[in-house]
Amino acid sequence: MKTTPIYGMMAEFDSATALVEAARKTHQAGYIKIDAYSPFPVEELAEAIGFHSNRVALVTLIGAAIGGLSGYLMQYWMMAVSYPINVGGRPYHSWPAFIVITFEMTILFGGISAVFGMLALNGLPMPYHPVFNVPRFVMASKDRFFLIVFSTDPKYDPAGTRQFLATLEPRSISEVPS
Amino acid sequence: MDQVDVASGKAPVIEPGYTFGTVTDKISSIVLTRPTSNGWFVGFGIAFLVTMMLLFALAYLFAKGVGIWGINIPVGWGFAIVNFVWWIGIGHAGTLISAILLLLRQSWRNSINRFAEAMTLFAVAAAGIFPLIHTGRPWLAYWLFPYPNTMNYWPQFRSPLVWDVFAVSTYFTISLLFWFIGLVPDLATLRDRSESHWARIIYGMLALGWRGSARHWHRYESAYLLLAGLATPLVLSVHTVVSFDFAIAIVPGWHTTIFPPYFVAGAIYSGFAMVLMLAIPIRKIYGLEDFITDRHLQNSAKVMLATGWIVAYGYGIEAFMGWYSGNRYDAFTLWNRLHGPYAFFYYLLLLCNIGIPQVLWIRKLRTSPLGLFLVSSVILSGMWLERFVIVVMSLHRDFLPSSWGMYYPTRWDWMTYVGTIGMFLSAMFLFVRILPMISIFEMRTLLPEAEVKAE
Repeated sequence: MKTTPIYGMMAEFDSATALVEAARKTHQAGYIKIDAYSPFPVEELAEAIGFHSNRVALVTLIGAAIGGLSGYLMQYWMMAVSYPINVGGRPYHSWPAFIVITFEMTILFGGISAVFGMLALNGLPMPYHPVFNVPRFVMASKDRFFLIVFSTDPKYDPAGTRQFLATLEPRSISEVPS
Repeated sequence: MDQVDVASGKAPVIEPGYTFGTVTDKISSIVLTRPTSNGWFVGFGIAFLVTMMLLFALAYLFAKGVGIWGINIPVGWGFAIVNFVWWIGIGHAGTLISAILLLLRQSWRNSINRFAEAMTLFAVAAAGIFPLIHTGRPWLAYWLFPYPNTMNYWPQFRSPLVWDVFAVSTYFTISLLFWFIGLVPDLATLRDRSESHWARIIYGMLALGWRGSARHWHRYESAYLLLAGLATPLVLSVHTVVSFDFAIAIVPGWHTTIFPPYFVAGAIYSGFAMVLMLAIPIRKIYGLEDFITDRHLQNSAKVMLATGWIVAYGYGIEAFMGWYSGNRYDAFTLWNRLHGPYAFFYYLLLLCNIGIPQVLWIRKLRTSPLGLFLVSSVILSGMWLERFVIVVMSLHRDFLPSSWGMYYPTRWDWMTYVGTIGMFLSAMFLFVRILPMISIFEMRTLLPEAEVKAE
């Protein structure tokens, strides 16, 4: 037990407002490697911990573009190159007829990229995570709000960080074993 | 997220007095601690038996072929296509609620989107059966997809039927993703609150290790919004493509440009009717009147009223064009609807879809669960009749009187149709028992305490 490495220091709060405020102060105090946990999306929180942009939209755009292009090229190649048949004298490359499937493939690939891109960027699925070692953390999916300072943060030191978190008036503070 | 305005005169989306904890407890306890009632077993049992009837009808169909149905030449489409279009249409309300209303910031949707999405999935699954079995050789249905094969051929991409394959399979995939990704945070709640070891493991696996990190929520919200943005044109395209199956053909009564918008409106019309038919008993049985309030019933009723009028406009234009186009075949289709052998169903359709739903103008009825339930069942029947009128009445008398015929469904047609309703209901019964039927985390955002107050 004594040799268990420490993952971070965690503080528990009662409301979204308290958490956002605490996260903002912690960030301003110079802690960089921090994270916050809430039972529902809190818009201000990402900003408060210094997380500004995510690449989900970019991944989705790329996915959608690949889907649309491959949808159209697939039809072009199959209908005009690989297996050309004359249907009522229409041109082999009859693009208006290809629009529907191009559109559907754009949506399909875009949607799949959005979901799996989001999961991959989030590092999910991840069945084990150190924060679950804190017994009170089960409340994070109900009505409690948590803030963590990771032990990898350059400013992290067990006593000092605990002291700093105490000034934020949390409900409880716990050390997170990894 | 938007907040509930308790002070404004409108009925609230969620009754006052709830906290994060009580909302969580109330919804998750339905799944985790509430004992399974006898009523549930009876309901599920009946639905399950009806599903067995579907399997029986399908087994006999595979043994004998589509000759056991009432389809013939000229009416080659029959019940299979009527039911396909009906079910696909019902699914549309789920996506409308989850995607379009999300983009429009209609926060009242938060308490009905989860089960409306489940309804979409099960309805699309039921719909998907029909074109497959209607191919006659369903074991070769994978021929519909472009895969490299030894026959050295590809599907005909100029055919709306192939467009439909792509539209419906994309629709099912995106609906499934949307539904599942919405479930993940709630599955984490169930994982953390479940007392049973196995339930914790299963919910835990499904929750993918969700821990509610701010970074995760940030990306999650982006993905959710993007998915909504993608699903919105998708849902409009799906019934449009379904209508192309008809409109691209030259059969009188089908070859018309009004079909896409009128199909989409009809889909949402019937979908909201199904949402109400599910929501009204569910909120009663599980005591969820505080979450699915009169406001939800009212709003759904208003959507039905609006889409009902678009559908009525579609009927009007169809009739008008029958006369105005000067095309004798179109004119005859109109005459045949009004005076032909199936005229009764056309009048019944007008009564069910245009006549009776006008009672929704009465405010008292819009807030009466029983009244809405009855009107919804009328609309669902009406929308089924609409597809029957479109499919059968156009095909049975087309250009040449020498090729006219009649279509009578057989018991196998009925068993398959009723069987899919059983399958749909069985899936809904299982869903309300093992998954949170209301999105817990989205309900939390509706509470006044979710608001972050500025210092």
